[in-house]
Amino acid sequence: MRFIFILFFSMGCTIALCQDDLLSELEQADKPSKEFVIATFKGTRLVNGQSVEVKSNGQLEFIFAHRFGRINDGIYELFGLDQAFVRIGLEYGLTDRLGFGVGRNSVDKTMDAFLRYKVLRQSTGPKAFPVTVTAFGNMAIRTSPRKEDAAFDITLEDRVSYTGQLLIARKFTRSLSLQLMPTIVHKNTVDRRIENNDQVALGVGGRVKVSRSVALTSEYYYRFNVPTKNPYYNSFGLGVDIETGGHVFQLVISNTRGLTERAFITETTGDFFSGDLHLGFNVTRTFQLKKKSK
Amino acid sequence: MLIMDKIRFLLVCSVLFICHSTQAQKFTVEKSTVIFFSKATVEDIKADNTKLASIFNTSSGEVAFSIPIKDFEFEKALMKEHFNEKYLETEKFAKATFQGKLLGYSANATGVQPVSAIGKLTIHGITKEVTIEGTLENVDGKINAKSKFNVKLEDYKIKIPQLLWQNIAEQVEVTIDITYKPL
Repeated sequence: MRFIFILFFSMGCTIALCQDDLLSELEQADKPSKEFVIATFKGTRLVNGQSVEVKSNGQLEFIFAHRFGRINDGIYELFGLDQAFVRIGLEYGLTDRLGFGVGRNSVDKTMDAFLRYKVLRQSTGPKAFPVTVTAFGNMAIRTSPRKEDAAFDITLEDRVSYTGQLLIARKFTRSLSLQLMPTIVHKNTVDRRIENNDQVALGVGGRVKVSRSVALTSEYYYRFNVPTKNPYYNSFGLGVDIETGGHVFQLVISNTRGLTERAFITETTGDFFSGDLHLGFNVTRTFQLKKKSK
Repeated sequence: MLIMDKIRFLLVCSVLFICHSTQAQKFTVEKSTVIFFSKATVEDIKADNTKLASIFNTSSGEVAFSIPIKDFEFEKALMKEHFNEKYLETEKFAKATFQGKLLGYSANATGVQPVSAIGKLTIHGITKEVTIEGTLENVDGKINAKSKFNVKLEDYKIKIPQLLWQNIAEQVEVTIDITYKPL
């Protein structure tokens, strides 16, 4: 009797083993692979400054960014809305990791050109890497004032400034991403009484997604070794990113009106806590110029 | 006691043998393409994926699929990003799976055989009982499987923002084409 029981029992067991679950068999065969983290930020800008994001190969981004005047200018200036400082720019993905862009900002009539390269990518799985690192470098030429209006004999060289940045970001969760931005800005010609040619700053920023398409962003640049007579402030900004298909709308409030690194990192004129605030927005539209080859 | 052990040994052997022979009737993917197509007013969206994994047990009719969502390739990089980040939430739900039974297949028949797969389709973490029609064909010891069916986004809680409803269809057409080889 016991024998028959064991027989049936062992048969039942092995039959159950035979009919194993095909889906779990598939999953067992599936080796975990290295995955790069996507969409650390919605846009190539965090608020005023850059994010680690680079356009993909063949993507062209048109960016129209805009800062109104100061809110505390009152009703006469319609709380700043009567004025506008604009940057129009284009950025193109030469590869999935290398981007090139140009732009013009009405503040000091500045032309800028930049390169950014995604050096390291945050990943999960085997050999995971914790952060994404993008190197950013630009050159900007302020074309204002005109030669005949300048206080001294201004040359092209005097008008040029450079920025070098390392953008280091980590997407901690699906909704939280943080970024550090060690930065150096070099200006060829400065008023040495108030500022140095080379200026070092550290930016911190981040975003919190509040829904699938909406995120809150913030960014602050702290400047080191600022001479005592320097009249400028550290730049601070808050933003709301709204993404709809190929567009990203970023509604921002910031104490700076400039949209090139020289202007907003080293020459922010507004005192955030005195209410020298500028409303503004960045609007981007992405076009895919080169279709993915199949 | 000794006899019992012997019998048990034989029994295990024979069951192992049966197991082995059923394994020979399992088929796995040699080549696959999954295409999804969304037809809408503003733009048609198409993506394809060649990373489908599947096992088909011809003796029991059992079949399982697993499709890694991140491997859908789009014409536009931004579409792929939105597809993964916003709609399918790939970080949370990495795969779409199907597990069920294929009815109507005969290992000996020639020509195209109409079949239906009845089972559980899981997309975006939501599982639904479905019946999917398709065809199978025996070709030189391999099996070609083809199917075309519609997936209603609402059924799988894939939400499309109001602003985009004209860009993305409410249901997408999925086309599967697999060549199975014996495991």
